[in-house]
Amino acid sequence: MAETFADLIAAEDVLLFVNAAVTSTGQREFRSQADEQRLSLSFLHEYVRVNYRSVYAAALALDINDHNAALIVERLLRTAGEASAGEKRTEGALIAARLTALPPQRVYRIFRALRAAKVNNRRTRAIMRDWLAARPDAGHDAVKYRSGLTTLARHAHLRLGEDELGDFLFRPGKRARYEHAFLDAYRRAHFEQAAIYELPYTVAEGFAAKHGVARAQFLERIAPRMTRLERLRTQRSAGTSAELGFMPLTRLALYVLALPIDERVARRAELTGALRSAARRSAGPYAGTWGRVAAVLDDSYSASGSSVKRRRPLAVALGCHFLLEALAEPGSYRAHWTSGARDPLLVRPIGPTPLGSRILDALEDAPQRLVIVSDGWDNAPPGLAGEVLRVWRTRLDPERRTSVVHVNPVYDADVFDVRRLAPSVPTTGIRDAEDLAALVEIAQFAEGRTGAAELQAYLDERTDRFLEGAS
Amino acid sequence: MNRLDMTGLRTMPAQVWGGIRLVPLVREEPVAGLRLHRRVHEGYGRVQVAPRTEYCSYIPHGFVADWSGEDGERAAYGTQLDGPAGTRVPDCIPVRRHHRMAKRVRSKGVTEKRLLRGGATKCRFLPLHLALEGYLALHFRGPSIVWDEWSQQAVRQGLSPRSEAAYGGWAVSGLAEVLRIFEIHPGQCGVLVYASDALAAAFVVPHPDDYRTLHPTLIEDMYGELVYQYAHFGMPVADFAAHIRDSPLLRTVADLRTAARAQERLWAENHGTFMADRLLDSSYAFQRVHRMDAFTLWRFLPSFRRGLPEQHIGEVITDHKGCVAYLKTFRLSAAQIRRGHLLGTLHDNDWHLERTAAALGSSHDALVARIRDAGLGSLLDAHEVARRSRLARRR
Repeated sequence: MAETFADLIAAEDVLLFVNAAVTSTGQREFRSQADEQRLSLSFLHEYVRVNYRSVYAAALALDINDHNAALIVERLLRTAGEASAGEKRTEGALIAARLTALPPQRVYRIFRALRAAKVNNRRTRAIMRDWLAARPDAGHDAVKYRSGLTTLARHAHLRLGEDELGDFLFRPGKRARYEHAFLDAYRRAHFEQAAIYELPYTVAEGFAAKHGVARAQFLERIAPRMTRLERLRTQRSAGTSAELGFMPLTRLALYVLALPIDERVARRAELTGALRSAARRSAGPYAGTWGRVAAVLDDSYSASGSSVKRRRPLAVALGCHFLLEALAEPGSYRAHWTSGARDPLLVRPIGPTPLGSRILDALEDAPQRLVIVSDGWDNAPPGLAGEVLRVWRTRLDPERRTSVVHVNPVYDADVFDVRRLAPSVPTTGIRDAEDLAALVEIAQFAEGRTGAAELQAYLDERTDRFLEGAS
Repeated sequence: MNRLDMTGLRTMPAQVWGGIRLVPLVREEPVAGLRLHRRVHEGYGRVQVAPRTEYCSYIPHGFVADWSGEDGERAAYGTQLDGPAGTRVPDCIPVRRHHRMAKRVRSKGVTEKRLLRGGATKCRFLPLHLALEGYLALHFRGPSIVWDEWSQQAVRQGLSPRSEAAYGGWAVSGLAEVLRIFEIHPGQCGVLVYASDALAAAFVVPHPDDYRTLHPTLIEDMYGELVYQYAHFGMPVADFAAHIRDSPLLRTVADLRTAARAQERLWAENHGTFMADRLLDSSYAFQRVHRMDAFTLWRFLPSFRRGLPEQHIGEVITDHKGCVAYLKTFRLSAAQIRRGHLLGTLHDNDWHLERTAAALGSSHDALVARIRDAGLGSLLDAHEVARRSRLARRR
């Protein structure tokens, strides 16, 4: 099939959007402010939605982050009039599948935004109703997301009429007691201290403050009611140890990097073990299949991220380190940190970024794959990494014995994409280290060796797989 | 002492963001026995200059030099917010008296007597105030001989009110951004700040940990009018861009590494020329402010010679060998240099207008116009000056 110029541009636009949707969360980054990020992102959403609506919806099936998934859902529902009947069906399925995967507080926020935008057609109401029907326990939501649920019920005309839930939300004080355990505990918690431990953690916290319960005692008794993330967040102040065995890789890397250096040294075996097993889990069937792998990992000062995304780029680099170790043939993985650090567990974001010479170090052992994890800013000296990669490709390795991929955890608001090191090197955005294997697939399209038709086929396949997994 | 000795400091490759260029200064060995701590002053400060004359200032931060040699002590850090104080009516703002610009600070348990005997091991001083103080105090007392042309006010009170305009670091466009994303080198003890490739300020501290703590204070420092304008109107400065020539000779990784090394060397040389030559070469008038063990706190003023566009005032702490342990500079604008030059010449000629005019190679009237242009017109006795001009014209 002959490809037109327009096809190539379309493929490029799509990849641009996917990179942005993976990396940007509309928050402040090391080099750009939150409003720049949001402005840039909102332009990109508008552009892709208008020009490639089907692709825009299909992005919901990819590993994009929750912020962008929420934006896509909201924009698709707001502009339903622009879609054909067939498109609407696919969109509806994709939206429903993605909403179940999103954290409930985000979904309630989307619904609130739709209410503010006065989007209240039958399709939207049906999506809201179905999502709520699929929630495991409406009583739990009524206690934990009370205002979200009332807004949703009002907006979607849900009939919560005469039953307990309706009374709890809209006619408080009508009933002397409730049958539902959460609702009744919420009622009693106003005057009975023991009842607060029957509530979800975030709700109980407010009551604990009201009753003046000591923090340590409260955390100890509420522990069974916490989500895993809440337990992790509070365990340092409570002085208990976290269960590290079940955490996803990047979350674990963030946890490790938040620990002081002495504690990392003291718990070295435990932490390394947890990171290794998380990496093995994410590698899955790919483990040990990547051959000889070299990695260049950025731990320069800019990897410290921003106050809202603290150490995120560094955590991604650390996660990739352990994941690549698992993906590589056993014993044939080499890591090169830009600061020259040897011990991955003790990395700190510090110093300049001499990416060029580190890439040379990595290329010296002629690996089969070279993975560069960096925010794309190369400043010691500026631009050397790009030059090294260019000359390497044209002079030393034109047969492509080494495949080079650059994964970038930071969205650059100015270029509407993640920053590239060299045109010859495929670059892809990354948010969680565990998506690395899937993202490297996408990165092949960026190299221009595979065309728009394959990209569309890939998107269709991902969509099918996603919808199957959801149903 | 007549020049700055920067022995022990090495420049590292610069970092560029927009129109601002930062050149890091790295020490092999930190200066032993001296540390700087940050101190935050709340409210505004007041100095008693004379009975019933006070000098008020707002001081965003101050430094404490500690030569007790206790390296184990960490640099103090942090801005304290005093809650509702900002919302109070102005007359309720706490007023602190900064009796002198450099002052001994009492450690815990040190009595007044021991303090006087030299038991203190800390000294508090306000960054750049010392330098600016030196500049403003230049002939602050006014004419030492009562020539007729000077008004009673000039004779009694000198150059009053003494005031100079400066811009806070946050007003210099791009500086906040560049300080935030600047990557601090291991062992870095200082920085040279360039705006549109003109040296705007130099900042040096004794220890890398101090630098890490005090790096954000650069945003609260004062910068001259010139720096503000250059940063505001200047174009982005050119950054070094590595380029490896494509040649068939490049066949192995080793060849490529050689080419990359060459680029790194080129880069290092590229910024080497940015070393502050003018800051180091010209001779300064140093005045000792305070002595603390082996360390001496000085302030310095430039020569105010005409034709030198780049002149800095500043303060410096030197060790026993005269090497710079701490340095902070302020770049004067052209008008400030002219004012300094005028006052210097007046002083050299005992404030005698005719002789000063001769020294400057101009006429009496031209000198008077110059004094007025410099904003010092109120010091002249208008009647006497008019009479002199009339006489001179009749002659």
